[in-house]
Amino acid sequence: MLENARSGHSAGPLGMADLLAVLFGHSLRHRPEQPGWEDRDVFLLSNGHTAPVLYAAMAHTGYFPTDELMTLRRLGSRLQGHPERTALPGLENTSGPLGSGLSQGAGWAQIVRDLDGRPDRVVYVMMGDGELNEGNIWEAAMYAAKYRLGNLIGIVDRNFIQIDGDTEDVMPLGDLAGKWRTFGWHVVDIDGNDIAAIVEAVDECRRVTDQPSVILARTVPGRGVPYMEHDHTWHGRVPTSEQADIAVAALTAEGETR
Amino acid sequence: MTAQRKVWGDTLLELTREDDRVVVLDADLATSTMAVTVAEGNPEAFIQVGIAEQNLVGMAFGLSTMGYRPWLSTFGVFLTHRALDQIRMLVSQTGAPVRIAAAYAGLLNGSSGKTHQDIEDLAIMRAMPGMTVLAPADEHEARAITRWAAEHDGPVYIRYARDAVAPVFDADYVFHPGAVHRLRDGGGDVTLVSTGVQSSRVVEAAELLAARGVDARVVHVPSLKPVDGDALLAAISGVGTVVTVEDHSVINGLGGLVAELIAERGDPDAPRLHRVGLADGWSESAPNAFLLDRYGLSAERVAEQVLEALGHSPSPSATVTVTAPGGTVG
Repeated sequence: MLENARSGHSAGPLGMADLLAVLFGHSLRHRPEQPGWEDRDVFLLSNGHTAPVLYAAMAHTGYFPTDELMTLRRLGSRLQGHPERTALPGLENTSGPLGSGLSQGAGWAQIVRDLDGRPDRVVYVMMGDGELNEGNIWEAAMYAAKYRLGNLIGIVDRNFIQIDGDTEDVMPLGDLAGKWRTFGWHVVDIDGNDIAAIVEAVDECRRVTDQPSVILARTVPGRGVPYMEHDHTWHGRVPTSEQADIAVAALTAEGETR
Repeated sequence: MTAQRKVWGDTLLELTREDDRVVVLDADLATSTMAVTVAEGNPEAFIQVGIAEQNLVGMAFGLSTMGYRPWLSTFGVFLTHRALDQIRMLVSQTGAPVRIAAAYAGLLNGSSGKTHQDIEDLAIMRAMPGMTVLAPADEHEARAITRWAAEHDGPVYIRYARDAVAPVFDADYVFHPGAVHRLRDGGGDVTLVSTGVQSSRVVEAAELLAARGVDARVVHVPSLKPVDGDALLAAISGVGTVVTVEDHSVINGLGGLVAELIAERGDPDAPRLHRVGLADGWSESAPNAFLLDRYGLSAERVAEQVLEALGHSPSPSATVTVTAPGGTVG
């Protein structure tokens, strides 16, 4: 997709692929053929630059044909560079400029629980770790804790990179688990590329109903592509066609052994 | 051809070496804005604030009150929208000498889509009291404006484009705030007025028009505020039609500025105004060549719209096919 679009972000989406595979393939209560289903769980992508992995998860679970993935960032495509909720059924939010997704998620969670009387409907908000630099995230974190939004689950892609370098050099996040706990959240810290651990973490968070939960998912940016893994310079660029061939071969080989 | 962002990074590094009060504050986009040139060349003049634009502006304001000469580095869209309150209250209302370098300005920012395309910045910043609002045409004007802004004792907003365009000025260009520039003389039929890097494409459009027998003058307005209104009105006088062209909403940017000047002058012989730019709607993701075609800003599409404004019937060759990475779309 990214090679074809010739612009976009590579490392983040690859690192998050296991998380979205579990969510869209297992945890989310949803009907891809009926995106507006009123009993659905809600997934919001707050770190919108990782849109390619969301599109891939949606296509592979039946929201739209997988062929359409190759239209990413083309004129007229429903697959905008950053998610655009009015462009594609199933997208719940618009994002790109960072930091606003958790507020939307808190609003969703509160409305379905308190006005609709449906605390069983869960709202998931995916965030990047660099995104936590934005103050808006912490405004929402306080709000969700105040109203004990137990049906809100945040997921932080803890990959330790952002555009200008390592997160701990650009703006240190330090004890992230401690920060969220202090803000009143239930915290689960996992290997975000371990399928079983992701499943278990989501189940645990769903059992916590008197406070919001956050999964700190430690992921490998560029996961599965040896030349991209852990390299922050791959945050905002795309592979050449030769590099893309190597990446697809590596991912395919790993997929066959997993 | 050199991209304005590269010129900005290089010029800023020179400025920090000439004057240790000059600093750049970055919000995790240094490698895009090219503030990385300062980060690597003079790390002491580089301040990383993370992805936190409101903090970015507040920090810069604070530094300005301490005698420093701060520049802001991030995408323009995050400054004019996310951090607008800080710009308004801290910078504009106090007249603080904070230089707002809006990187990836305007429509053309590499397929990111409407969330990242700032097509309202000129309107917002033009309405901000005390704000100088500048949009350089090319690398030479970008360098001159950067040097001018470094010395200016007040808030400055500058558009810097992501990608290089064909230069319209020479390396010895000198910037004077408010001045307007005739990039192409003549203009028996129509005057084209543009700003920023769009001016380069408008010069090209004028050449296409000449080939079709239409004589067009081209006026470049790098300084949307302040602007020498008399000079701008003089530059567009004497023809029946003036067409403004901008990679911005047609509302309250360059087209709005020219409309205000014409209306306030109340000259019965004033030219008829046509505004070319983004209509009152959002754009989308696509390679720049497609966006230029879709939103009427490529040289060919500008020429077409001028012909329409002049009442010429559309020529069969006016259908443009654009080829760009990923295939061809008619």
